[in-house]
Amino acid sequence: MTNYNLTHLKQLESEAIYIMREVAAQFEKPVLLFSGGKDSIVMVHLAQKAFFPAKIPFPLLHIDTGHNFVETLDFRDEMVERVGARLIVRLVQDSIDKGRAVEEKGPNPSRNGLQTITLLDALEEFKFDAAFGGGRRDEEKARAKERFFSHRDEFGQWDPKNQRPELWNLFNGKKQIGEHFRVFPLSNWTEMDVWQYIAQEQIPIPYIYFTHQREVVNRNGTLLSKCDFITLLKDEFYEQKQIRFRTIGDMTCTGAVESSANSLEEIIEEIAASRVTERGTRADDKRSEAAMEDRKKQGYF
Amino acid sequence: MTALKDNSYLQMDLLRFTTAGSVDDGKSTLIGRLLYDTKSIFEDQLDAIEESSLKRGDSYVNLALLTDGLRAEREQGITIDVAYRYFATPKRKFIIADTPGHIQYTRNMVTGASTANLAIILIDARHGVVEQTCRHSFIASLLQIKHIVVCVNKMDLVDFKEEVFEKIKKDYSEFSSSLSVPDIHFIPISALLGDNVVDVSENMPWYKGGTLLYTLENVNISGDLNYQDARFPVQWVIRPQSNEFHDFRGYAGRIEGGTFNVGDEVVVLPSGFTSKIKSIEMLNEQFQQAFSPMSVTMTLENEIDISRGDMLVKKDNPPKVSQDIELMICWLNEKKLQVGGKYLVKHTTKEVKCMIKEIKYKVDINTLNKKEEDLTIGLNDIGKILIRTSNPLFVDDYNKNRFTGSLIIIDEFTNETLGAGMIL
Repeated sequence: MTNYNLTHLKQLESEAIYIMREVAAQFEKPVLLFSGGKDSIVMVHLAQKAFFPAKIPFPLLHIDTGHNFVETLDFRDEMVERVGARLIVRLVQDSIDKGRAVEEKGPNPSRNGLQTITLLDALEEFKFDAAFGGGRRDEEKARAKERFFSHRDEFGQWDPKNQRPELWNLFNGKKQIGEHFRVFPLSNWTEMDVWQYIAQEQIPIPYIYFTHQREVVNRNGTLLSKCDFITLLKDEFYEQKQIRFRTIGDMTCTGAVESSANSLEEIIEEIAASRVTERGTRADDKRSEAAMEDRKKQGYF
Repeated sequence: MTALKDNSYLQMDLLRFTTAGSVDDGKSTLIGRLLYDTKSIFEDQLDAIEESSLKRGDSYVNLALLTDGLRAEREQGITIDVAYRYFATPKRKFIIADTPGHIQYTRNMVTGASTANLAIILIDARHGVVEQTCRHSFIASLLQIKHIVVCVNKMDLVDFKEEVFEKIKKDYSEFSSSLSVPDIHFIPISALLGDNVVDVSENMPWYKGGTLLYTLENVNISGDLNYQDARFPVQWVIRPQSNEFHDFRGYAGRIEGGTFNVGDEVVVLPSGFTSKIKSIEMLNEQFQQAFSPMSVTMTLENEIDISRGDMLVKKDNPPKVSQDIELMICWLNEKKLQVGGKYLVKHTTKEVKCMIKEIKYKVDINTLNKKEEDLTIGLNDIGKILIRTSNPLFVDDYNKNRFTGSLIIIDEFTNETLGAGMIL
């Protein structure tokens, strides 16, 4: 008898593609939020699969904090060219210049929270009614309660206590004018699934995910890369280390891990042995126990 | 790129299971134990919940804090919503839909169970089969979960006695004979001490079966989906409008039942036109055969008018095409179901209007008795109803196919999802 079992990666892929096609069909103007990180790179790959041989039927939107790794931006532009996608960039700096957002003070001012303002403004500017995010439920405890189709009110806010139940594969994307949805096709993926999928599909990723030499400063246990946005405190110093990044966000809050992993299989082995979550390297989540929930309610990714 | 050294993950499959129980029967402890013993809890997560437990004044590390992600939940010490948790062994990836046992249990259990292959039912060894056990099992059975693992927990509190376990097993088997669950396992465990969860218990040498994790890893789910009745609801039509693919017309969707082969003759519903499958593809891959639950793009030999909401099926094996549909409904909203009321219905990729014609009966979910005298269906109620839809739906019985046999009811004005229906 034929074996009709699909592997876990094939099932996750099928589910994510199904979600993307539902969004294309149910919404008028979807957009894919692209950060340059591995999760959004995987989403672009899935979107290609979902609609091939047609082009991806929605643009990518990058909310650029100005604090990016230069490697991320280079990779982004190369990838957009390769897949023939349309890219929209909106700058947090513009929101600050217009007085819509106010820069944080301190030795490493984070623009993480400010992104929400630029993001909501961009969604309104283009009248996007659905925005794909690469968020996964395993990432953070507030995300564990997130729906695939997550309703946002006219202020872009999430109401975690009043979410629509999601049953079977029936997704309700109905909304009032001015409201929008965030959609998370990778909800059921774990960090390990993402890496295994990247390896299986041989998806190109920025080299800073692999081991390299870099000058870093150890701030409260987080290894931050040397950059213009960080001011050294008394007793702090840069040192050369053999590191790689497990997640990629802003330079001001993305911690490196000491690692010699040079290939996807070594990364997979390293993660299998790791005793810390990937968000453990992110200073933005350490601000309070409900930091993610609070940011998400405001309209964060 | 070099070949992967250890690529066993390319053979892993996926099991989705649901757990139900109340605060006291050790559900959070059990999940915590599964995650902890399979090394799926990380140090920073453990540090964070240790810190929160201290802050709350708990005398032990409260593993429930792992699943209770929202601020309100941690403040009130309750679980509000279904929480999803993940772990994997070299054999399988697991998705746990952890549903709260007390608040809105029906709504949450039905949601969690709708995608699950397996349900874990927890029974406190000191109390045996109670009302809640029956309620959880009934919902699992109603949602057509094919595998139940009954964990008789807190065996340490009954001195690991075989008689206690055997008595509960007998009681449960008597009750469950009226349910339609083909595969039921019984395991005596202590979630707190870890007996028979991941590691074999040394305290219960009389138990010869597998541990919970062994059972979860080895339960055979390959026959759970429907591979007989070919169903392909069209989600989206791919028309590239490019020079290279000028005449390309692909039908995108997920196979929701059966198998499709290149060359198969297919019928398009509702038009009734027939054609042959020319290709089944996905990016650069070409498939000779595709089966449920694969997402694919199909092309046909002839150019016919097909759009979202249509369904490709095989000639000798069509679904029921009907506007009058009988179903079991689970109501998820505070606003009561209105007889004569008009609602929207979402079924596969199709959306139609419907009117509620009749409430036949309501089910007492503790006793499974039909209540014909009380015909109000409100939040968390389950009952049998008859609806009429504005256009025909292409349906199968829910017990034959979960995906073509299920629908949701949506409020036309507030857009809320009000009810979950299983077609009879």
